[in-house]
Amino acid sequence: MSDRFEPVIIGFTCNWCSYRAADAAGMGRMKYPPNIRLIRLMCSGRIDPTFVLKALAEGADGVLISGCHPGDCHYLEQNYKALRRHRLLQRTLAQLGIEPERVRLTWASAAEGAQLAETMTAFVEEVRALGPLAWPARPRPAAVAELHEAAAEATP
Amino acid sequence: MTETLQPGTEDERIGVYVCHCGSNIAGVVDVEAVAGFAAEDLRTRGVVVARDYNFMCSTPGQDLIEKDIREQGLTRVVVAACSPHLHEATFRGACARAGLNPYLFEMASIREHVSWVHTDKAAATAKAQAVVSGAVERVRHHEPLEAIRVPIDAATLVVGGGIAGLQAALEIADAGYTVHLVEREPSLGGHMAQLDKTYPTLDCSACILTPKMASAGGHAHVHLYTWSEVEKVEGYVGNFTVTVRKRARYVNNDLCNGCGVCVEKCPVMVVDEEFEAGLGYRKVIYTPFAQAVPNVPVIDADNCIYFLKGTCKACEKFCDRDAIDFDQQDEVLTLRVGNIVLATGYDMFDARRIPQYGYGRLANVFTNLELERMCNAAGPTGGKVVLRDGKTAPKAVGIVHCVGSRDRNYNNYCSTICCMQSVKLAHLVKERTGAEVYNFYIDMRTAFKDYDEFYQRVLDEGVHFIRGKVAEVSPREEGDLQVQVEDTLIGRQQRIPVDMVVLSAGLEPRRDAKAVGGIFGISCSASGWFIEKHPKLDPISTMTEGVYIAGCAQGPKDIPASVAQGAAAAARVLMRIHQGVLALEPVRASVVEALCSGCRICNGLCPFNAISYDAARQVTAINSALCQGCGTCVAACPAGAIRGSAFSDEQVLAQIEGLLMANVGHPSEEAVTA
Repeated sequence: MSDRFEPVIIGFTCNWCSYRAADAAGMGRMKYPPNIRLIRLMCSGRIDPTFVLKALAEGADGVLISGCHPGDCHYLEQNYKALRRHRLLQRTLAQLGIEPERVRLTWASAAEGAQLAETMTAFVEEVRALGPLAWPARPRPAAVAELHEAAAEATP
Repeated sequence: MTETLQPGTEDERIGVYVCHCGSNIAGVVDVEAVAGFAAEDLRTRGVVVARDYNFMCSTPGQDLIEKDIREQGLTRVVVAACSPHLHEATFRGACARAGLNPYLFEMASIREHVSWVHTDKAAATAKAQAVVSGAVERVRHHEPLEAIRVPIDAATLVVGGGIAGLQAALEIADAGYTVHLVEREPSLGGHMAQLDKTYPTLDCSACILTPKMASAGGHAHVHLYTWSEVEKVEGYVGNFTVTVRKRARYVNNDLCNGCGVCVEKCPVMVVDEEFEAGLGYRKVIYTPFAQAVPNVPVIDADNCIYFLKGTCKACEKFCDRDAIDFDQQDEVLTLRVGNIVLATGYDMFDARRIPQYGYGRLANVFTNLELERMCNAAGPTGGKVVLRDGKTAPKAVGIVHCVGSRDRNYNNYCSTICCMQSVKLAHLVKERTGAEVYNFYIDMRTAFKDYDEFYQRVLDEGVHFIRGKVAEVSPREEGDLQVQVEDTLIGRQQRIPVDMVVLSAGLEPRRDAKAVGGIFGISCSASGWFIEKHPKLDPISTMTEGVYIAGCAQGPKDIPASVAQGAAAAARVLMRIHQGVLALEPVRASVVEALCSGCRICNGLCPFNAISYDAARQVTAINSALCQGCGTCVAACPAGAIRGSAFSDEQVLAQIEGLLMANVGHPSEEAVTA
């Protein structure tokens, strides 16, 4: 492996279209970089913005969200809710000083394994270009306890 | 095989099983290293057993899990193998057999999502370890669940009255269950009714189809809705509510006896673009063909003089049963069914889209369907194969294969039926006219029983087969045509003079397939055909439980394959009906009332109307019978008062931590607090 930056990306996929697109990419032996790790949810509408922030806080450099195409949602219209939340979340990220491009929303139908593989490949390169997110490392449980103690002691 | 057994560090005892899948996974991922990682680095997370094995899904593989659950007292199980869509049920079964609640299991996909898509072995192994870590963290938060049991309504909806839909409807009805058969056209029959002969046996199409149509039309358990379309489907497997629009026929079904006097007396003829493919004429009040089921005509209101000018009513005057009803309105019906079979068929490729073949511009260029209608004794030419002038028999006929198929400008796929259809038409033309017949093909595809024998027979009859894709059909003097083609077997350009060209047009998805799929909650492939649940192992189910597909709606296929698929769909429906109840995934949202502030943010989010507000108690309630488990409301609740079973916040957040290896080497919280 070279010294180039290897981003870590968490991908949220809906059960019906996008996770199956990822399965289809596998069945078709389509290649994409190993930087992306997928989580299956029933619907892109299940995505709580907390999940995205959690991933970024735990060390992910980017987050990909993939749902069914607009109009094709297994739950009729819940991907539109994912779209709304994504827009809001991007504004929040900008306010936090995080490049909104680190969190990307895409659509992939169950038949679009090749397209999803292409999207993932392109996204890995985009996040690689953005560089490490370097969100402050999460304090470990023991460290948390120390922090609390220190805070308690400091309190008059 | 490596294995590690160790004492647990806490109450949870997790077993991790890493599958080689032969070389499918082990060829790219170092499975021993993954199992070793789980055993060592995830020990503090509760992993007490980690094994790798050649085929976890095999009986000995499953036995390993069952034995460990019993002997090691495992409380949770993770299998790292293929996609959960393939073997989740298998391993849940193994857990259940050993007495562990099947939902205390998690599957990590390291084949479809790792070994098959990555090439760097070290990176793939590292990712597989992360995926296993994610699954271990997630499974720690799993709860024991019970499948949701729903009753299955014994009535079935079949959409499409072509051969696939007919077969499905008849098999279900013959078993004694109610079938609602909805057909868009005025009669059952579909495309098969338009064919003259069927390959390779040259059976008369109508002779083998019409008995099935008649049987469905008169069947005690079949409720027939022709000239009707499904508008809306609500509910879920076992309990669908279907809205069907029965378009106004302007003829009363119950009074009409099919005598045909109205058709005879109707003064207006229009070109029959549907059944006769534009070659023949029909009246404005008509049945599409003689053996139509039901044998009740329909008035084409767009062309009827009465509807256009307010006068005529010839049909009404001559009907001695008062069956004509110009005031008839569309009827909207509501049906309750447990299962749905979609057999909506195909559209023929529009040959006009390939201008160099001249269809619509050169008179004597025909489509296969036009030739089919000409060959038919009940067709517009009474069974004579003639040029566009309606009288001259052709002396030389060129049949062009793969029109719109296997062509990146139109459709990449092979329409599968055109080779045999072209061979059959070559035979029919030769038999009826004695003309020289040239078939222009890219590759001959005559797979399946007795097909190649038929091709050999037609070769022996003296039909010419030229291997080459036709470049152009152009006019010669006096209306003759010439076919420009490169004969790729002799490597030479040829110009073949003919007086008739037949374009063997391919099959395309229905123009409105995407919209229809939307009504039933299923989607289309890149080519536009309905997507099956699994391309090999489940070609009749869809991603929506209780909705099955049969015939060409799923992809191009011939009559035997359509019949087989229709019968297979029927067998699946009958299985469901016999089960009586169906076990559904217990993925549902529920409200923790103590946490609900009654803010009602979630109230407008549910497209299934599962969320309601209890004004008296000022809390929101979720109806689990209506909830489909998408989790949108779970994500929306600012108080965290809505819990999503099987996809809880805790499970997802833990999986994120696991995937990012945040907990590797760290003792579990339980261990910390202990």
